[in-house]
Amino acid sequence: MSWPRFLVKRVLALLVVLLVASLLVYGSLYLAPGGPLSFLVGTRSATPELIAQVTAQYHLNDPFLVRYFTWLADVLHGDLGRSLVYREAVSSLIASRFLTTLLLVVYATVLILLVGLGTGIWAALRRGVAGRVVTGWNVASLSTPAFVLGALLIVVFALGLGWFPVYGSGSGFGDRLWHLTLPAIALALSSAAYLSRISSASITSEMGKEHVETAMSRGLPRKLVVRRHVLRNASIPVITVVGLTIAGLVAGTVVVENVFALDGLGSLLVRAILQRDYAVVQAVVLLLTIVFVLVNLVVDVLYSLVDPRLSLDGDAL
Amino acid sequence: MSGVATSMDHSPSERSPRRAPWWRRVGIAPLCAIVILAVMILAAVFAPLVAPYNPNTPDLLAALQGPSAAHPLGTDALGRDTLSRLIYGGRTTLLGPIVVILLSTVLGLLLGVAAAWRGGSIDTVISRIVDVLFSIPGIVFALVTVAILGAGLGSVVIGLTIAYTPYAARVIRGGALRERRMPYISAAWIQGRSGSTIARRHLVPNIRPLILAQAVAALGFAVIDLASMSFLGLGVQPPTPDWGLMVKSGLDSAVRGQPTEVIVASVAIALFVGAVTVLGDRLSTGVNK
Repeated sequence: MSWPRFLVKRVLALLVVLLVASLLVYGSLYLAPGGPLSFLVGTRSATPELIAQVTAQYHLNDPFLVRYFTWLADVLHGDLGRSLVYREAVSSLIASRFLTTLLLVVYATVLILLVGLGTGIWAALRRGVAGRVVTGWNVASLSTPAFVLGALLIVVFALGLGWFPVYGSGSGFGDRLWHLTLPAIALALSSAAYLSRISSASITSEMGKEHVETAMSRGLPRKLVVRRHVLRNASIPVITVVGLTIAGLVAGTVVVENVFALDGLGSLLVRAILQRDYAVVQAVVLLLTIVFVLVNLVVDVLYSLVDPRLSLDGDAL
Repeated sequence: MSGVATSMDHSPSERSPRRAPWWRRVGIAPLCAIVILAVMILAAVFAPLVAPYNPNTPDLLAALQGPSAAHPLGTDALGRDTLSRLIYGGRTTLLGPIVVILLSTVLGLLLGVAAAWRGGSIDTVISRIVDVLFSIPGIVFALVTVAILGAGLGSVVIGLTIAYTPYAARVIRGGALRERRMPYISAAWIQGRSGSTIARRHLVPNIRPLILAQAVAALGFAVIDLASMSFLGLGVQPPTPDWGLMVKSGLDSAVRGQPTEVIVASVAIALFVGAVTVLGDRLSTGVNK
């Protein structure tokens, strides 16, 4: 398959996923007990103005598919509706919280790459005690959910030692990073452990390959062999894991932001669910899905760039 | 627990004339994992017999205490005994994930075996649906379900079952496809057995170790996801004791100077997930041997 065809195919698949996701998010409204209107109004006092606003915003008087496509067209034009709780456009609510979530994800990604690849490579090349220490550490990290780790970090480093602030996002770039350090660690640790496991296994299996043994027995320096032949070949499964991990972080922020009371998209989403502010729920869920799908697409493209042997047909493994 | 021993007895490498003692074959870490899981599950099942106090009786005079002879793990902000809440909390914390895994494994089994056995357009349709579901983060299903049905353990279980079914279906379809090519399946065909009989009586029993390994691996993630949802206030609702909720209320107590509850609940969750992870790893190496 040629590159243009591959990209067209992937973008089409992406559009299908987004269409299904939007249909799911929009259509689930009609599964709500009591029907969409009573669900959207919820426990708020059902004034005629509120009912008129909700009916107009969700086009409740039109047939379902017409309603869905009108809503979709609005979303595509950047009109995500108005929040019933904040009485504000959803797009501006999201815009003001996007930066915190983005910073958190980027910070956690940097930590995952440093710690995950670092311990993975170290464990694979050193074996012995180092390997066992890293394996134990990884099992412990994988077993600790992000919210548990976050709570423990708060207890030890914020309340006990007082090194970090307990709650909040901070102001100014340096202060923000300071506030985001514990959340980023909480978000990153289990993914770093997973990456460490995969990279270590990948390197170990690559070290046993014939071409590596041949290179070693020819007397090439170990460092050169490791760099040229082992790490390069071992990087392929690692890239997939990194991609999946970053995509997963987007969902992980929902939990971590709530532990540390950060003012990001995740805490906005949970509050919106509890307050039945469905326009906000729809918008944030769609946004999370779009980012998840886009990151997966980027990984697939990178994948084919790193290893030209892989066919573009998608079933390379 | 007995499934562990039986699934390993079938693997050919264990048939050497001089067998190592059974605890050697299982391995020390998986054995510890089984003991931890057994203790936690038994404590949760027999909670009324084991727990020293009623988990919901407040005692404001004894609030926010550290460990003592009367309260071995201290008390929470309302003076309720943390050990009793931990024991009772195991019920919702462990039952929810087990229901999710049972439901999603049964659904995944039906979809996966149907796709692999019938092939053709049925396989294409099922595989495409699974692919699309895979492209949506699992927690999104749980969040949307809770947004629609309201917060509660039931909503989270429904949402996570939808999220976990594609994983089970994909793994089981792969196993069933490999098994389908085996000669004994053709032999059964030639003997005139019906398709559903062969699938039910021969194919499914033969991929049972695979199904068990995938279910145990998924159980660890399900515990994390359900406890996270409870922590967020979207799953189990107070005053029901639950480990995820205990982390949340314990964090508030820690801010007020008493970190025992949050530490106890955190360790319980991490121990359970860790034990399930170790057991899952052992089961899947058994499958791949």
